[in-house]
Amino acid sequence: MKTTLKITAAAAVVLAVGACASKPEPVEQVEEKAPVEVVDNTPTVTEPVDTKPVGPTGPVAGSLEDFRVNVGERVYFDLNGYRLDSDDQEILKRQAAWLESYPAVRILVAGNCDERGTREYNLALGERRASIVKDYLVSLGVNPSRIDTISYGKERPIAAGSDEQAWALNRNGFTQLVSGTTS
Amino acid sequence: MTRILTMLMLAVFMPLSLALPAAAQLQVRVDEGNFKPTPLAIPDFEVRGENAEMAQNIADVVRADLESTGLFDIQNPASFIQKDLSIDVQPRFPDWRIIQTEGLVVGAYEELPDGKIAVSFRLWDVYGGEVMRINGQPGRRLTTTPDNWRRIAHKIADSIYTRLTGEDPYFDTRIVYIAETGPKTERVKRLAIMDSDGANQQYLTPGTNTVLTPRFSPSAQEITYMSYEGGRPRVYLFNIETGRQELLGNFPGMTFAPRFSRDGQSVLLTQAQGGNSEIYLMNLRTRQSRRLTDHPAIDTSPSMSPDGRAIVFTSDRGGSPQLYIMNTDGSPRTCPSGGRDVACRITFNKGQYSTPVWSPRGDLVAFTKQLGGRFYIGVIGIDGKGERLLTESYLDEGPDWSPNGRVIVYFRESRPGAGPQLWSVDLSGRNERRVQTQTDASDPAWSPLLE
Repeated sequence: MKTTLKITAAAAVVLAVGACASKPEPVEQVEEKAPVEVVDNTPTVTEPVDTKPVGPTGPVAGSLEDFRVNVGERVYFDLNGYRLDSDDQEILKRQAAWLESYPAVRILVAGNCDERGTREYNLALGERRASIVKDYLVSLGVNPSRIDTISYGKERPIAAGSDEQAWALNRNGFTQLVSGTTS
Repeated sequence: MTRILTMLMLAVFMPLSLALPAAAQLQVRVDEGNFKPTPLAIPDFEVRGENAEMAQNIADVVRADLESTGLFDIQNPASFIQKDLSIDVQPRFPDWRIIQTEGLVVGAYEELPDGKIAVSFRLWDVYGGEVMRINGQPGRRLTTTPDNWRRIAHKIADSIYTRLTGEDPYFDTRIVYIAETGPKTERVKRLAIMDSDGANQQYLTPGTNTVLTPRFSPSAQEITYMSYEGGRPRVYLFNIETGRQELLGNFPGMTFAPRFSRDGQSVLLTQAQGGNSEIYLMNLRTRQSRRLTDHPAIDTSPSMSPDGRAIVFTSDRGGSPQLYIMNTDGSPRTCPSGGRDVACRITFNKGQYSTPVWSPRGDLVAFTKQLGGRFYIGVIGIDGKGERLLTESYLDEGPDWSPNGRVIVYFRESRPGAGPQLWSVDLSGRNERRVQTQTDASDPAWSPLLE
């Protein structure tokens, strides 16, 4: 159930960002520090890309777009949960590696909750989620002084719906790049 | 402080004074099981001046206040037989008995030479055939400037309500809340205030920062709330008169879930850092704060008992959000479940419990309960007994008490995707009704009775 929701979640984010991001396993990619030029005839994607071909240039390395598309800016939590499963850990490992490549970048980790909880408890739960994400990034070597945390409780939903799918999207830890990116 | 003492004295002496009058005298019971509203006639007020419209408006507000309790059946003026009422003359009781009026309010509106207005009224017991004395007097006369006319009306309604029910008044009060506009993913939240009947709505903050969970001080002049000002969620004090906002404390991490102590000298709040939330009590004079809870679980939403000796709060230390009570000084308590502990769990039924608010009378805690995809507002005894659910919907959240502890205000999203609205319900569970606001609204908090 959760995996299905996560795939949907990832799909929704991809759709919001643009079609050039349909890489399911970009783990290897983050090692390349040189600007990644995705050449037309050698697509790295493993899925058919018949609808919208990848453009001649991908996101600029070290940019917000690069982080969104090639790393992933959100991890998603179970109902009332604050544990990081293996999918979440993979995303955070990519985030940590990316942050190592771009040491000037500072981040704000926001903890978000769905609307099916009361306001104050959700503020506390969001703080706990943000802290869990921060702790994991620190355990992977990211300097804690580069990471701020904030809880938005249920105040910052990304999906406006009131159904299981929207709630799953809204229970997230969001890594926001606040400074130091290449634009 | 003096006012609090006066209110307490009223609460103590009221039942005595009610027991004394003749058995025939009109009394409205608020807790009766088989309930029937008491017929009450409030004819238009006698006009001694130019502004007949204002006289009419005042009587309308008195009628609306009393009607809103669900305790009274405000009778249709078209059925009235006696048309020549005067505040100086005893009414013809048989005329009112024919239409089965039990209580009759006769009022007079005057314009005074100094530009002020005065409203006098008497409350008649139609079947007892006598005037009902209020604070020992056979009637009341209230004077104010014309712009304050609604408050006169609320005070008259309060006098009548208190005289007939024995309950403390609550109409002359205000409600602070969060006004919400814009789409769900870009919600604008502003601090707003209005009279208890929804009149005189005002916005107190511009909406540039999200603000949440306002609560009144016992003086009704100050509000404590949480704001994302400067990108950090922290607790602030807000002065209603001056509009001045002041950061409360210098905590690392975030602070939220503020609530004044009953004496107004301190604020309870939650501080969260490193994934752990703990409850603090800050003295507003010395600005010293003391940590009350010490547990790796989430501890939040504190509310103090009227005597200040204990707090009720939400904690998930047992695995899910539940309500706990602890002594303010941290000493162990004898728990309802047996045994002694620093914090005693009081909710053991199925479901999740949060947002506890200790009643002004001290015997009950109001809460939000979640169970099976539904949300409920309910009350429970401080001994964990006698849980009663008063409301149910897709989302009912955030109860707060009227200052007399009879009515609970909360917010409701009636169905998925519906914006939040303010509602109120009587402690009996009867008389659920919408409190009108200009925008979507959440996080209501009731003021104390105004001075």
